[in-house]
Amino acid sequence: MEDDVGFESQDKDIKPTKHAYETDFIVYGPQEIEQHQNEQIKEVSNILGQPPESTAILLRHARWNKERLIDQYMEKTEEVLESAGLDESAISHPPRLERVKRFMCDICCEDGPKLDTFAMKCGHRFCVDCYRQYLSTKIKGEGEAARIKCPGDGCNRIVDSKSLDILVKDDIRERYKDLLTRTYVEDKENLRWCPAPDCGYAVQCAVKDKDLPRIVPTVHCTCGHFFCFGCSLNDHQPAPCSLVKKWLKKCEDDSETANWISANTKECPKCNSTIEKNGGCNHMTCRKCRHEFCWMCMGVWSEHGTSWYNCNRFEERSGSEARDAQAKSRQSLERYLHYYNRYANHEQSAKLDKDIYLKTEKKMVQLQTTSKMSWIEVQFLAAASQALQQCRQTLKWTYAFAYYLARNNLTEIFEDNQKDLEMAVENLSEMFEKPIDQLQSLRGDMMDKTAYCTKRRIILLNDTAENLKSGNWEFNVSL
Amino acid sequence: MSTGAKKRIMREYNECTADTPAGMKINFDEQNMTEWEILLDGPDQSIYAGGHFKLKMTFPTEYPFKPPVVSFKTKIYHPNVSNDDKGSMCLGMLRADEWKPPNKVVAVLRLIQALLIEPNADDAIEPSIANEYKENRKEFEKNAKDWVKRYAK
Repeated sequence: MEDDVGFESQDKDIKPTKHAYETDFIVYGPQEIEQHQNEQIKEVSNILGQPPESTAILLRHARWNKERLIDQYMEKTEEVLESAGLDESAISHPPRLERVKRFMCDICCEDGPKLDTFAMKCGHRFCVDCYRQYLSTKIKGEGEAARIKCPGDGCNRIVDSKSLDILVKDDIRERYKDLLTRTYVEDKENLRWCPAPDCGYAVQCAVKDKDLPRIVPTVHCTCGHFFCFGCSLNDHQPAPCSLVKKWLKKCEDDSETANWISANTKECPKCNSTIEKNGGCNHMTCRKCRHEFCWMCMGVWSEHGTSWYNCNRFEERSGSEARDAQAKSRQSLERYLHYYNRYANHEQSAKLDKDIYLKTEKKMVQLQTTSKMSWIEVQFLAAASQALQQCRQTLKWTYAFAYYLARNNLTEIFEDNQKDLEMAVENLSEMFEKPIDQLQSLRGDMMDKTAYCTKRRIILLNDTAENLKSGNWEFNVSL
Repeated sequence: MSTGAKKRIMREYNECTADTPAGMKINFDEQNMTEWEILLDGPDQSIYAGGHFKLKMTFPTEYPFKPPVVSFKTKIYHPNVSNDDKGSMCLGMLRADEWKPPNKVVAVLRLIQALLIEPNADDAIEPSIANEYKENRKEFEKNAKDWVKRYAK
């Protein structure tokens, strides 16, 4: 929603120049999110003439779609108020616990005149223990908040926060409030939680689902985490979300087992049973249909005459078709493995680089003491380490991206960019592992190489992003 | 499991025995009251007529705040029963987000019987069987009857 007002862009969000692969976004902290909510509540409260507390319930009930809420409220006020549990009588008779004569709780089957009971306006009355247990199961167990229904069979009335207040204990009330805040972010199309563990920040970005085939919206949370606004996975530029999904599925799937089968086994030319060769002899007899054939040429064995272990009939037609199918499957496996190995290698190297990063700090301290360099002067190591991480992350995904690219000139340019970046990264990576005593003399060179890596990465990402935006890439799958 | 939950299961068992839906038998073990064995005859007016099905109903520790779990131990060809060794069902009131604590086992049993008479292809766990049910009813009935003969006699 573009009408989200009340937030001025902050200095940290203003970038001097924006590259083609970069996306505009703003990061909000927990307090800002709450403030944002309160501002909206205040605004709608003024329009509807309802107190802020009731407006909050109405807004949550309407999934923070304030235009729709205002429209519906103007049209059928009573109905809207009632469905959110805010009608007149609810206000004149606030919810409270009651003891009712001849009551039996339909959940626990307890009865007795001393039983505290509760019912909302819908009249579905249960004992307070069951009501409490129900709410705590929903809130703690299922993480629900704004849309918990009355426990009554078939009743769709939402449990309002006033009723909740008199029923549950403090710890659950706290959790309920947290969840309400969460639903605010989750209900808003332009807001997303940072997926990093224990991170309480949310990111606002205007990129919508329908834009995702044309843009890879990587955002950078204040906590330091780079992630994709489209799918919440770790930064996967230059590959668009749908390719990432396909690729991960492919790598996870045992579809490659099927490829192994086709690369290591053959089908009986007669009955199509799958056969794995486990001995040296090329004279195969299918266990199922007793067909005899030659493993080498796939032709009928009897046509071999007496040339038993020496298949020289490669040109015979009876076997050539079967061989074609074999070759094709092998090619597709090899192609996949080509990209997969490089993808996996960069992933692995990035992990190793991260280990090295932990050692970097130590190196920086050592360098300071042995070479009398200042803290600032040894920062080049941290910068190099960070650049390596980022470039490897990008390189990793270039291989998944390339796997789905059709062969054409554009792809060749892409592969050149990929090669340049890869070479730059490997050069820097190599220097990084040099012993401490050599690092000092390499400082200038390393800073140059770090800058070069970063530059190559920007070139590659700009090229892919621009072509993605204009729809120039030709993929061998549909996005 | 709380004493309240046990009390409720006991009470429900008594209700069920007093008012067991026709063609149904419940084996109840007081030592292990959270697992019921249900013997169900294919309803006469359904394609499962003549079949005898064994089901298991398991009550979770959070019962009745979470729904009981139903699984067919006898294989059945049905869009709403998973075609694997679990034979699980997951629709209507058996789903955690639709289950309400006052819902009763008797209602679950009635739901299962009703589904044998008329499968719900729009909320299927087995899409291919559901598709067959919608597009090729004859083939579906043939397969279902075939499975009754093979597994449920």
